[in-house]
Amino acid sequence: MTLTVTNLSVARGPVTVLQGLSFSVEPGQALILRGPNGVGKTTLLRTLAGLQPAHGGTMSIPDAAAYASHADGVKSALTVSENLAFWAEVHGTRLSNDVLETFDIADLSERITGTLSAGQKRRVGLARLGVMDAKVLFLDEPTVSLDAFSVKMFATFLRDQHLAKGGIAVIATHIDLGLDAPELDLTPFVAKPGTGDSPDEAFL
Amino acid sequence: MIALLRRDLTLAVRAGGGFGLGLAFFLIVVILVPFGVGPERELLTQIAPGILWVAALLAALLSLDRIFALDWEDGALALLATSPLPLEGVALIKAVAHWLTTGLPLAFAAPALGFFLNLTPEGYVPLFWSVLIGTPALSMIGTFGAALTVGLRRGGLLLSLLVLPLYVPTLIFGAEVARRGAEGLAYSTPLILLAGITAGSLALLPIASAAALRVNLR
Repeated sequence: MTLTVTNLSVARGPVTVLQGLSFSVEPGQALILRGPNGVGKTTLLRTLAGLQPAHGGTMSIPDAAAYASHADGVKSALTVSENLAFWAEVHGTRLSNDVLETFDIADLSERITGTLSAGQKRRVGLARLGVMDAKVLFLDEPTVSLDAFSVKMFATFLRDQHLAKGGIAVIATHIDLGLDAPELDLTPFVAKPGTGDSPDEAFL
Repeated sequence: MIALLRRDLTLAVRAGGGFGLGLAFFLIVVILVPFGVGPERELLTQIAPGILWVAALLAALLSLDRIFALDWEDGALALLATSPLPLEGVALIKAVAHWLTTGLPLAFAAPALGFFLNLTPEGYVPLFWSVLIGTPALSMIGTFGAALTVGLRRGGLLLSLLVLPLYVPTLIFGAEVARRGAEGLAYSTPLILLAGITAGSLALLPIASAAALRVNLR
């Protein structure tokens, strides 16, 4: 049940961005990824989520993972509950009122998502994670455009409803979520220019 | 998968959706052709099957770039790719949703609009069948093209260039069914070939579309 990454290198297009990355996350633990913009946090999370192949090394993801990026995948023409019910059905779960309460969107549930503010929309996007009930979360800057109260609410959700149940979370963020979690600075793992030949190089 | 189909159909009929776009385009083309060609009824009868099929094909082409572009822009495509749904299934459902909102209405509209082009009475039934059986191939091939060009800015032109040659066999056999039908000849052979193209597209192209999506999502 442990998420293990060994000697992983990840590439963005033809360029290797991170290499020699090894870490493991126990159940009930979160890992916070730190590093300046462009260091490769998103690329690492996309690789872990299976959206792009690893360039080298191995990773073992214990269970079905949920990925949340900057973009929420929220449809602005649908209502909040229609959006969440869709993801619930895709992941074989049900949309319960508890999730709406947790993310403080219960009174918005019949609103068309396009009429919500950026922060409210973001909360709908995050509520998707509550709906999916995945054991492993890969979160890419989950708190963008959230106010301080919502950040706290989201941190509480992560601690009490995800990690407390033995879930795993890998989170890239620039702010302090208030979680009791180890931090991993990615800066030492930045690939030196010109190292590692890319699989696409022959075509470029 | 049913959830995805239901969501796509809901999105299509909500404000800003693509439903009716192809149908309106088809209507406009078919109504304008007699003005352009002139009031010669024999000539119109002769060109009716071809005009109806070309118009239906272009109407289907019109809404192709929406198939994946909207889900790409708001990030839903990446989320679908990491969901338990197989991408092949996603591609197939996307094609089905496109057909239900474009091809199926066209199948009913084409015979109705055949009237404007002085289509012979025998031509209505084969025209209906040819559009009904041929348009799923148009949607599926178009979905493949959309999967190849998703994420490209202004990918519409490239999409049209990629897809139009692949549409040619469907157009040839579809228009042949309609023409033979209109002239009162037997039309089962081209209809079977048309069905073969549709069946082959539905069997193979979801796999190709999913592969293209995986590459584009990297």
